[in-house]
Formats: sequence, structure tokens, C-alpha cells
Amino acid sequence: MSVILLLIPLSVVIAAGFLGAFFWAVRSGQYEDTATPSLRVLTEEVKEPLRENLDNERGS
Amino acid sequence: MTTAFTPHPLRDLRGVDSAGAATAVGCFHCGTACLDRTHVRGDRVFCCLGCQTVHELLQEQGLGQYYTLGESPGRRREESNGIERYAFLNEPTVRDRLLDFADERRQKVTFHIPAIHCLACIWLLENLFRLQPGIGTSTVDFSRREVAISFDPGQVTLSRVAALLDSLGYPPDLKLSDLDSRRGSTVPRRLWLQLGVAGFVFGNTMLFSLSSYFGLDGFSGPSFQRLFGVLSLVLGIPVVVFSAADYWRTAWFSLRQRRLTIEVPIALGIAALFAQSVFEVISGRGEGYFDSLAGLLFFLLCGRVFQHKAFDRLTFDRDYRAFFPLSVIRLARGQSAQNAPVVEERISLGQLEVGDRLRIRHGELVPADARLLQGDALIDYSFVTGESEPISRQTNDVLYAGGCQTGGTLEIEILKPVSQSYLASLWNQEAFRKEKDDTFNTLSNRYSVRFTWVILAIAAASAVFWSLTDPERGVRAFVGVLIVACPCALALAAPFTLGTAVRVLGRRGIFLRNAQVIEALARIDAVVFDKTGTLTAASHGETRFSGEPLAPEETTSLQLLAAQSNHPLARRITSMLPGLTGAIPRVEGYCEKSGHGLSGRIGGIEWRLGSAAWLRCGGVEVPASAAEGSTVQVAREGIYRGRFTVSNPLRPETGPLLRGLAKTCELALLSGDNAREEARFRELFGLPATLEFDQSPAKKLEFIGAFQSRGRSVMMVGDGLNDAGALRQSEVGVAVVEQIGAFSPASDVILEAARLPRLGELLRFARTSLTLVRVSFALSTLYNVAGLSIAAAGRLSPVVCAVLMPLSSVTVVAFAVAAVHWVGRRAGLGPVLETNEGRS
Repeated sequence: MSVILLLIPLSVVIAAGFLGAFFWAVRSGQYEDTATPSLRVLTEEVKEPLRENLDNERGS
Repeated sequence: MTTAFTPHPLRDLRGVDSAGAATAVGCFHCGTACLDRTHVRGDRVFCCLGCQTVHELLQEQGLGQYYTLGESPGRRREESNGIERYAFLNEPTVRDRLLDFADERRQKVTFHIPAIHCLACIWLLENLFRLQPGIGTSTVDFSRREVAISFDPGQVTLSRVAALLDSLGYPPDLKLSDLDSRRGSTVPRRLWLQLGVAGFVFGNTMLFSLSSYFGLDGFSGPSFQRLFGVLSLVLGIPVVVFSAADYWRTAWFSLRQRRLTIEVPIALGIAALFAQSVFEVISGRGEGYFDSLAGLLFFLLCGRVFQHKAFDRLTFDRDYRAFFPLSVIRLARGQSAQNAPVVEERISLGQLEVGDRLRIRHGELVPADARLLQGDALIDYSFVTGESEPISRQTNDVLYAGGCQTGGTLEIEILKPVSQSYLASLWNQEAFRKEKDDTFNTLSNRYSVRFTWVILAIAAASAVFWSLTDPERGVRAFVGVLIVACPCALALAAPFTLGTAVRVLGRRGIFLRNAQVIEALARIDAVVFDKTGTLTAASHGETRFSGEPLAPEETTSLQLLAAQSNHPLARRITSMLPGLTGAIPRVEGYCEKSGHGLSGRIGGIEWRLGSAAWLRCGGVEVPASAAEGSTVQVAREGIYRGRFTVSNPLRPETGPLLRGLAKTCELALLSGDNAREEARFRELFGLPATLEFDQSPAKKLEFIGAFQSRGRSVMMVGDGLNDAGALRQSEVGVAVVEQIGAFSPASDVILEAARLPRLGELLRFARTSLTLVRVSFALSTLYNVAGLSIAAAGRLSPVVCAVLMPLSSVTVVAFAVAAVHWVGRRAGLGPVLETNEGRS
């Protein structure tokens, strides 16, 4: 059973790591605007057509 | 509303014309119908040089993706502004108050840009660094229509950044109120952190307590129990000190004010829980109640976050400064030679001094009380005073602040500082000085007063009862009662019920300042309406022509003639007549006398449009029966031809709305306009209603006060700055806006004009929501009674506590949310908004 003495602090440390991550996320403003990031990902998907578009532009 | 100006009439004509033509092509950049093919690049057609320039700039910089993210995502620019328009931003006094952050190498600014409307806007604005060296990151907040830009002041100035945005078709909206502190996020970061800590501790202490929940204490042994207890104690301290900090503070504050708010029994419960747990751990009797303690705070803080989440992009506390521009055009005073050319300069409103001469263009505001020096003033005060017709002013007349010039350019001389003008003086009234939110008088606080006394009585009684036989059991019963009675579920009932109600309404275009507004709404028994802009739509009037029907070429002539003028009545006539067809004839000998009328020759025929006096002045016999007011008389070749009648129509369903409200509420109408339409409104409002006309903003405020002194709970429905005092004074101020996000004075509710007929349903929904809060209270009290009966017997154990607290909280919250949604769907509040803008 003495392995618990090792496991318990370990689990607390891991959980504290997640708490730290949460603190970082809040402090860096990730909870302030939740609407724009959901739109921003859509703009990232169309990176490839950008190049095509440029090529067309040069061709025309 | 006067803030949304219709475009220049001549452009209207062109738009109508080309839309009707079969060959019309939408501009590749902004989608406006193109008149001709002057601006073409490849197979792409543009409506104007501005659009083409922006397009070419974007293509050169490799930002062509802008056009793949949305169809014709650009915005046509009304006028092109050079960098000099923003030069005033470099003034240290303006710049320092506008910047969010500044040091030598980096400055950060947040601009409000109403033109942000789609995916492509976000993408372009976040790629600004590719267009201008010196700009670092730029981040768009879509729901607030804001962009935060950081830049290197060594490479680029603030005015350069603003001018760049303007040149792309995203002019920043700079208002006087931007100089003051920016509003923070709706949910404070600290609250998120408190919630995080409580959640973290809740999870971990529950793990530690698992063995005791399942009666495994014997298996794991007393040494583990000791270890778990100490660990829980260590984790519990940050919860009590940090997560519960707001409860300690509020409870202490309300005790000092000799009030019993809901926070007092909560703080009492937390204190009892913590004291009992510390005692148990230190004396080695058990692990304490730290899991329940952390869970309790976790749920309570969840409720707070839920309550705080409101509508990000709406501001409910705007005053006149949010209506005023940040800058004005000052004419540099000729100091030496009389013939020295007058120089225009943009200055910030703060630099304005008495005696300055300003140039006011069409559509601009008079920023302070001023004297007219030059130009035909036709001032639209509808937003400020409620008068629906613009007023003509002569040279040397005084123009009051807040009026909007329609027509030509004016020169004015400032008489008073901005803050002492007629309009600003309204904000010095007493009603604006006191805090409106009466947070003490909420339903849950009234309930908690009784609740707290009952709990204390039960705790004392059980302590005394058990102490007679077993003193230790007496103490345990006393603490146990306080622990169980901690009104967690009770404290969650109101935030979740009312918070859900606020959200249900927000999805349907009715935005509430906070959850307490629902309680105030439920108590309303008198409704006061403003007329112009609220019951009548100021912008889309009905225009009728009476007289012999007009021939097509006559229509064309009248339309062309009216299009020459910026007078609102002329613009109404222009927009009412059908689009131009065929060859466009020329207007000759055009002449306009401000406040009277206009005349001109088209195809050799002389036309006169205007007041009866204007026609008589031209030698026309005008029939006496023709009523004055919002009419435009027409004469052709010196012979009376007929008249246009322009009326402000009521919004649809106004009749049913007023009849429905009259059943439960006293009605009144307050108008800044004259009594010309009294009969029409008397019929609508019915006999018992009070109708008052010619009301100044201060009088409106007093009128509401008089209603309240008769014991009425008043809802004021208005739209303009002239209603600001009344909106503030009333229990619930409802601001009606044509478009969500447009300027509205400080209010409790912001209502889309299209939802105005739903006002009766809104009041009913508020009352039902309040009933649901009471039901939730009853439900949580039931749990308390069950818990109390265990605790009063002195048999409370950590397991019972750990089960009872989350169970009661979760059921109450689930009931509240489900019930409000169900009621909301049946309340007849209108359809849910399609966009995600109402949600947050």
C-alpha cells in the first residue's frame, strides 16, 4: 500500500500542472473572446487557394 | 434614427437605375451595382476608383485571399480620407488616452470598427502587418467589432494606422467616450481563476475522500486517513482564502450596512464547514468536509460566471459622449492679414475652446452650443429633442449641441464648452448621480433575510436541546445546521433562472443589462412611450401625392429636382418615386431657399416645390384647404399641381401592443414633438392614458418621477438622447434601436425595433420567470429541510454532506434552465435570431 505515498503526490502535481495551464490560458486572455477564434480557423483552411489565386492574377 | 443617414440622393438614383438595367454587374470589391465599365481589371468590374485601388493594393501584397473568404466582402467608401483627417490622433493628450499600452518600442490601440462584418474582414485586419511595416500583431474581436493593433511608434504613427484602416474601407469609429477607460471583459479574469482553484481542489479532495465514502477506512488504515486529512486541509486553504474571497467581502459589507443578503448565510456556512473540518483534521477525528467545501464554492462560482456572461458587444451605459465625434474641423483663425487663406485643421473635441470657429458638413453634429456664422442651417434635432422635423436657422442664431446638420456646410462659433452645453447639462441631473442598480432589493436577498433568521433559530434551538444531555453533540448539531443550511442551491436558483431568461431573450433580439432587470420587469405596472423614433419610425416615412396623377416625365422631373436638395422631405420624395428611365434631362436655373422650398427648370418647364408660402411667393395660387405641416406643395409653370404628404407611420402592430398593455398597465405618451397628432394617438392609447407633447428632456424625467411618486413602477420606452433622463429615472429603461449595435442612450434593455410589438409578451415572460425562481427556492428549501432534520439530530457526516450538496445544486440548476427554456419557447417572443450574434 505504501506505493500510494508516491502516487498521491504525483497525482496532485499533475493536477497542479493542469491548474497552471488553466491559469496561463486565463491570463493570456483566451476566455475573453470565444467567438472570433471559431471564425478564425475557417480562414486558415484556405491557405492553398491563395497561391492559385495569385497565379491566376499573374496569368490574366 | 438620425444616426443612420441615407446615402446621398444622387447615388440613390444611380443605384436604382443600374439595378433595373439588365447589364448591371456587381462590384468585385463591394458588391454595389456598377453603372458603367470605367473601372475594370481583367474580368473584374469595380464601381469606383476607391474599390479598385483597394483591390489592387491587396493583390499586390498577396492578400487576394480576402476575396475567397467572402463574396464581395469590401465596403464602399463614402469619402476618401487622407492621413490629415487623423492627424489629431498624434496629439499627446488624445493619443495617451486612446492607447491601451505604450512604451518606447511598442504601442497598442483598440479601434471600434463597425464595418467588420464577415470572415474576410477578420482575415484582412489580422494581416495588416503585411501592408504596413511597423505594425505587429492585430487581433479582431468579432462580436465587439473591435481590432487591437500593436505597432512600433518608431516606424508608424497612430494616425498612419487609422488612415490605413480607413483606406481599406474600415474607418475606425472614434467617439468622445473612447478617451475614457475601456470596459473590461464581462467575466473578470479573477473569477475564472477562483473557479479554477475551486474546481481543482474539488476534484482532488474528492479523490482523497473516496475511501471514506465507501467505508474503506479500515482497509486503508488510520495513517492514510491522517495523510488525506492533512492534504485536504492544505488544499482547502486556498479555496477559503482565494476562491471564497468575494463572499467574505460581500458578507462583511452587507453586515456593516445592517442588511442580510444571500452572502451572509453562505459565508456563515463556509465558515462553519471550514472550522469543523480543521477541528476534525487536527484532532485526528476524520478528514473533514473539504470536498463539500470546494464543491460548494465550485458550484457557487459557476453560478457567478453564468450570471456575468452578458452581451459583450452591447454597451448599456452610454451617455452623450458616445454620440459625439472625437474630432471636429476647426478653421484656423486669421491672425494677421484679412485675406489670409482660412486653413482647416482636425482637432480633438477636448481641444475645443470657446470662440473657436468650426466647419460642420452635411451629416455632422454640432458638438457644443454655438452661434451660426455662415451657411443654411437645417438642424435635425430628432435624436436630441424628439422633434421630427429639421429646424431652419438663420445667421447669428444659436445652435444647440447634438443637432445634426442636413444640407450644406456651415461655419459656427463655439459659445460654451462641450461639457456645459444644453445637452450635457441633462447629465448633471440628480438621476444620473445615484447608482441605479439596487442590488440589495433582489428576490433572493429578500428571501435570505427570513431564511437566515430561521436557520439561526434552528441552530440555536438544536444546540441548546442537545447540550442539556451531551454538550459535544450540541456543538456538532449547531455547526451541522449551519453547514447544511448553507444556501448553495438557493443562491444558484436566481442566477441560473434569471440568467437563462436573459439568454433566451437575447437570442430573440431583446437584450437586458443584467439579470436583475427581469425582476424589475415583472413589477412594471406603468408603461411610458416616446413618440418619434419609438412608436413611429422616423426613417421610413410614407409619402403620398395628392392631385392629378403625375405623368412619367413629370415624375422624372420632380425626382431630379428633389434630388438636388438635401432636405429630408426632398429626399423622401426622391426615394418614393420610381427609378429614372431613359435619357436624364438637365436641371436648369436651380434655386433653393432653406426652410422654404426649391425651384428649377427641366426641359423648359418651371417647377416649384416647397411650402405654400414659397409657392405664393412665386405667384402661384395655392388652395386654402391644403394643410401645412409635413407637406410639400408642387407647382408647374406657375400653376398649382398638387402636394406630397409625408407622414411618419406607426410601427406595425402598435395598436395590438397598446391594447394588450392597457389591460395590465397604465399607459402614457411623452413626445418632444408638437401636439399635431394628438387625436391619432388618443385613439390608440385610449382615454385613461396621459398624452404629453412638447416635452423637453428634463420634463420627461420629471414626468417619470411624478408617476413613481404615485407608487407606480415605470417602464420607459424611448430611443434618443432626449429620453436619456427618463430612461435613467424609470425602473426599466428600454432603448429601441433600428439596428443592434447602433448608438442607444443608457438603458436597461436594448430592443430591436422589429421586436417592439413583443413588449407585452416580454413583461409576461418576466413574471413567469420570477415565478420559476420562487419554485426553485421551494425546491432548494425542501433539500434544506431534509438536510436540517439530519443535522439537527447531530448525525451529519461528511458523506451525507458530500451527496446532499451537489445533488441539491444540480437538480435546482437543471430545473431552472429547463423550465425557463420551455417557457421561453411558449412565450410568443418571436423567432430566434439566425446569426450567432445574440449568443455569447
